[in-house]
Amino acid sequence: MTELPVAGTLQSIDWAAISVPVTLAVGAVVVLLADAFLGPRRLAGTLTIVTAIVGAGFALGLANDLQGAGSESSRATFCVPAGLERLTSCSYAVDSATIAVWTVTLLGVLVVALLMLGRDDLTPPGEFHFLMLCSASGAATIAGARDLVTLVVALELVSLPAFAMVGLRRDNKPAAEAALKFFLISVVSTAVMLFGISLLYGITGSVYLDQIAVSLNESSVKAVVGVGVVLTLVGLGFKVAAVPFHVWVPDTYVGASVPVAAYLSVVSKAAGLVGLIQVLRYGLWPYADTWGPILAVVAALTMTVGNVAALRQRDPVRLLAWSSVAQAGYMLAPLAVLSGSSVLESRDAFVATLAYLLIYSIVNLSAFAVVSVVGGGRRDTLDSYAGLSRREPVAAAALAFALLCLAGLPPGVVGLFAKLVVFQAIVNSGTGWLALVMAANVAIGLAYYLRWLVMVFWPSADVEPTNLPNGAGVAITTTLTLAVVFSVWPAGILSILSA
Amino acid sequence: MTILLLVVIGVPALGALALALAPRVGDQLAAEWGVLVSAGALAGTVVLALGFDRGDSGRMQFVTDVSWIAPINVRGHFGIDGISLPLLLLTALLSVLCFVSLLRNAPSCGGTRGLVVLLLLLETGVLGTFSALDLVLFFVFFETVLIPMWWVIADWGDPHDMPGNRRAATVFLLMTVTGSAVMLVGFLLVYAHTGTFDMVALAQRGGAGIPAVTQLVAALAIGLGLAVKTPMWPLHIWLPDAHAKAPTVGSVLLAGVLLKMGTYGFVRIWLPTVPDGVERLAPYLGAFGAIAVVYGALACLAQTDLKRLIAYSSVGHMGFVLLGISTLTTAGINGALFANVAHGLITGLLFFCVGGLKDRAGSSDFADLGRGLYERTPRLAGVVAFACVASLGLPGLAGFWGEMLSMLGAFDPGGALARGAFVTFMAVAGAGTILTAAYFLGLLRRLGQGLPSGPDLDDIRVDEVLTWSPLVALTVVFGLAPGLVLGLTNPAVQVLMGGGG
Repeated sequence: MTELPVAGTLQSIDWAAISVPVTLAVGAVVVLLADAFLGPRRLAGTLTIVTAIVGAGFALGLANDLQGAGSESSRATFCVPAGLERLTSCSYAVDSATIAVWTVTLLGVLVVALLMLGRDDLTPPGEFHFLMLCSASGAATIAGARDLVTLVVALELVSLPAFAMVGLRRDNKPAAEAALKFFLISVVSTAVMLFGISLLYGITGSVYLDQIAVSLNESSVKAVVGVGVVLTLVGLGFKVAAVPFHVWVPDTYVGASVPVAAYLSVVSKAAGLVGLIQVLRYGLWPYADTWGPILAVVAALTMTVGNVAALRQRDPVRLLAWSSVAQAGYMLAPLAVLSGSSVLESRDAFVATLAYLLIYSIVNLSAFAVVSVVGGGRRDTLDSYAGLSRREPVAAAALAFALLCLAGLPPGVVGLFAKLVVFQAIVNSGTGWLALVMAANVAIGLAYYLRWLVMVFWPSADVEPTNLPNGAGVAITTTLTLAVVFSVWPAGILSILSA
Repeated sequence: MTILLLVVIGVPALGALALALAPRVGDQLAAEWGVLVSAGALAGTVVLALGFDRGDSGRMQFVTDVSWIAPINVRGHFGIDGISLPLLLLTALLSVLCFVSLLRNAPSCGGTRGLVVLLLLLETGVLGTFSALDLVLFFVFFETVLIPMWWVIADWGDPHDMPGNRRAATVFLLMTVTGSAVMLVGFLLVYAHTGTFDMVALAQRGGAGIPAVTQLVAALAIGLGLAVKTPMWPLHIWLPDAHAKAPTVGSVLLAGVLLKMGTYGFVRIWLPTVPDGVERLAPYLGAFGAIAVVYGALACLAQTDLKRLIAYSSVGHMGFVLLGISTLTTAGINGALFANVAHGLITGLLFFCVGGLKDRAGSSDFADLGRGLYERTPRLAGVVAFACVASLGLPGLAGFWGEMLSMLGAFDPGGALARGAFVTFMAVAGAGTILTAAYFLGLLRRLGQGLPSGPDLDDIRVDEVLTWSPLVALTVVFGLAPGLVLGLTNPAVQVLMGGGG
């Protein structure tokens, strides 16, 4: 049910459609003010959790609305009527991809806020939660962005607070270095992307994705368009951490505190991915034959480099960092095999990517939650997980299940299901070589996930129970429960996406 | 009654879960729990077998068919026919025997509790694989056994060589996972053209609607995954190390039931789903099978370690099974299925015996075991001798029929297969049987005869008699009355082959 506003000077705004980004933004301001004027240090975290839950309520309501309206429906707002442009174009629209990324964002905020409860000594809580909600609001916005300006602004809104989140750490010097590295690389990528966007705007005369698509179909300057397309995608590639734009990932994750690394690996990656999906699906699809093969090679490289590098890691955060690079490769693969004019109809490929993203987010947050407890901020190696099954059975179970899901082996059925839908998208497109590369990668990935898994159950003399804070306990239990529920009922993931 | 099949599959997993969650369980109690749970599963399987309509064993029975992942058409479809039932019984039986053997001689490293949990999970995986009728469900169960088996080899293996255990286990796991990932691609290729994962429906279609080239690619992908599991020469390289390092119970289950998942998949999925592709690949499968028979036998002749020797003999036996399948005849496939069961019984027994020897002597090397076993431990040596002659295919014991039928199938292969090639394979495999006899008799001579020397060994114990006697008895029974198995498998094979070969 697309509601178009009447032509006129004033735009009517569909507040329901933008409820989630607005909730997060309002939450950010409230958190900052409350922390400054009200006092108790735990307030910021609590308010953030409340914000995430309120946002989830809005998202659920909107998802129900969309579901009632049919599987391919969307709610658009900020539209420019056809009189001013060639088409009635909207800057913002909520569809199933938007709902999926909102889910990921809100879950990420919730888990990180829970992990930060009681860790006020490490970071100033008011500032941290303010930054996180700002960044999350950017991620929620990009999920619905349908023009390039909204996209870039939202993407920067995700990144800028994230630099500060990485650096905002009292106990650790490398954090500043990590933040600087992250900042520089990100700024360069944004610049490259802006250059690409300026080329596209120059050729098509519009920033609206649907109008760009129309103009590209008619355009005769193919070479310039090709450059514009590729440069635009480069910028998004940095956010997704696709090879060869992944170099910032390990150092930044290790330099940041563990919850921030969790945030980057889930929310920031989701923002980049959904930006990519929107741009490809609505704007650049006429050039699928240009970006398709490039993306396919990037996907293959991303999974291979990530997995091979992860094989040698002994530091759990660094291992998860490389693993998240590899997982991004699996998420890119279904997009890479789209071709030609079929892009608009290729709903399955987008669903595969988003399903993988949802599942990855749940189990990755679970793994990071356990690491944040066991690692406890100090430098640790996989060896410090020895005997975790005795010290902290719930955390051990959550970590074990998360690793199995990331590897895609039963009993982590949901992880297997994620790989299945991706494989299906690839096989349906007939890109055999990519399917084989991915098959080999699944095996490589297994090697390092299992090495860690074994440590969890390794007998150890150290049976001193780890101190499991309440917040982390809730975060771990929640993500574990979600992973188990969706392992029994994998169709549930797809029902989120059928909104 | 229908629910009973699901109960049988689920009971070991639930037992494993209960044991994992129970606080402070001693080693002995854990092993007893394992016996209890697996005996429950065996009892359930026996009830299934009694309730099974043997007059109509080509039909799926005890069928459960519910929606599982509706958006991509994955169903929770279970059921058994004459092909699955013997394997189900074999699995349940060997599991009980393994737990019984754990009562007295658990591996010295690691706790027994963890081992019991893993073996119970493994049992659920295998039982599920043999009764799943949906490709994705099959795949899930197929993969379920991997982690437990990897763990069993890595942590409960040879106590003197932990890094070696880990290496062997990891090679096993990575090869199998790579294979099965390729197999999954094959399944999806089939799905892309048929829109269903249902094995029964796919078997009825007989490849209709799948272009010939796609069939070939899908058959190659699926076959590769199954061939790693079986294992088919030259993809067998994970097997000898995995067996040599695994604890006795691990070896028994690995050889006895895990390998069967590969050959079962060949019969249940590979043959009926993509028949055009299969027909083009069958000669290669037959050739690899025939080579495996000879290769396995030659490798056995060169072994100095008893466990490795038995492992290589498995490669040879699986060669016969693959040869039987590749003939695309009812005789060959029935032979393959019979050889499956016989190999499970006989090689299970051999690994129990060798494990017993290794526990006693601390090594399974010929040099450490010494000579003159007939005189030092006459009863134990007698069982070893029995298992060896059964394994080399002495007529009248279970090992004979499967190999005979496989070669019979190769003599007159089905479809448009080149007869000359298959007759050659038959001749090569026939030469392999002679070599097989040579190494088994050589084994008996080196181990059993000669002047007694080597460490002091105890003779057979009561618990060993209990564990081994069912296997001995069934080897004799199936040797004398092969119809017990073939009567079950033949109608089901006829159905799979579309009414005749």
